[in-house]
Amino acid sequence: MHLDATDLAALIGLCRAEIDRHGEHLSALDSAIGDGDHGANMRRGLEAVFAERDAIAALPLPAALERIGLVLVMNIGGAAGPLYGTLLMELGRGLGIADTPEAFAATLEHAIAAVARRGRSGPGDKTLLDVLYPVQAEVVRRSAPGRIAACARSAAHSTEAMQARRGRASFLGPRSIGHEDPGASSCALLTAAICGYFEEHRPS
Amino acid sequence: MNARAAQPASPSSANVGIVIVSHSPLVAKGAADMVRQMVGDCVPLAWTGGNAEGGLGTHVAGIAAAIEAAWSEAGVAVFVDLGGAETNSEMAVERLDPARAARVAICNAPLVEGAVVAAAEASGGSSLAKVVATAEELAP
Ligand SMILES: [Mg+2]
Repeated sequence: MHLDATDLAALIGLCRAEIDRHGEHLSALDSAIGDGDHGANMRRGLEAVFAERDAIAALPLPAALERIGLVLVMNIGGAAGPLYGTLLMELGRGLGIADTPEAFAATLEHAIAAVARRGRSGPGDKTLLDVLYPVQAEVVRRSAPGRIAACARSAAHSTEAMQARRGRASFLGPRSIGHEDPGASSCALLTAAICGYFEEHRPS
Repeated sequence: MNARAAQPASPSSANVGIVIVSHSPLVAKGAADMVRQMVGDCVPLAWTGGNAEGGLGTHVAGIAAAIEAAWSEAGVAVFVDLGGAETNSEMAVERLDPARAARVAICNAPLVEGAVVAAAEASGGSSLAKVVATAEELAP
């Protein structure tokens, strides 16, 4: 991945706009099976990243990702903050070591495993991991960005049929079935926004 | 104000400190009041509740500040309510320097009962390990 400062600043702007556009929807999803704050929390996190996008974009990519992770942790709050924060911080730490497509796929796998440990969750628990795992599989296959985005969307949709085993939604037991997981939904939105940029600009 | 040291501990206190983290500032403050009633000011104590905007939630900076406020060289036991309170507390602890982080324990115990029992144990000068073990006996 060779992202320059312009790419990084543009990606931050895209992610922030995507979350802003879908904030109410994310909160509505969270209201159905949780506490209804996911949209507001994500907006707060992305706004904080956006506010320092120029400083972040000027950093080397690994340090930039680590910084984004930290800003998300400090600002999202809620259960999603530590999960997104861990993902970005681990990606940044791993990417500092090597810079090939294979290394990126391995780093992504490692970072997703760290998210799973942080959330004490695994596949099928109705969390953002249910988007991250299939996305990682597409990255390993070196799929085109459009295909990865479609995979993320359908993976988020597939959480509707799952019964939550983590977080507040798990308190609802079988009543959590029939609602898309808000974390999976925001994860798919962000993945698709990032993939859309790669499709258009192919920075690498 | 959604976070603070419940009351300054006596500076000579070598007892384990207690931190209470709830999504609700009212719950956190109420639990801290119950702890204080039990042990007076011989245990360092701080609480935090609510997100950065004062709504229900938890946030890392508030938790870090509470750990700082209840700091004791003997260590700090942290009590949390629901999921995000626990993972955000983990993030706060990991951001401490490693020597300090090793002296903070996030307890698997009910928030109110755990904090009160832990504080009673801490007030007798018990180690962090003993304080945590006593509180975790309450875990279902
Ligand atoms: Mg929520």
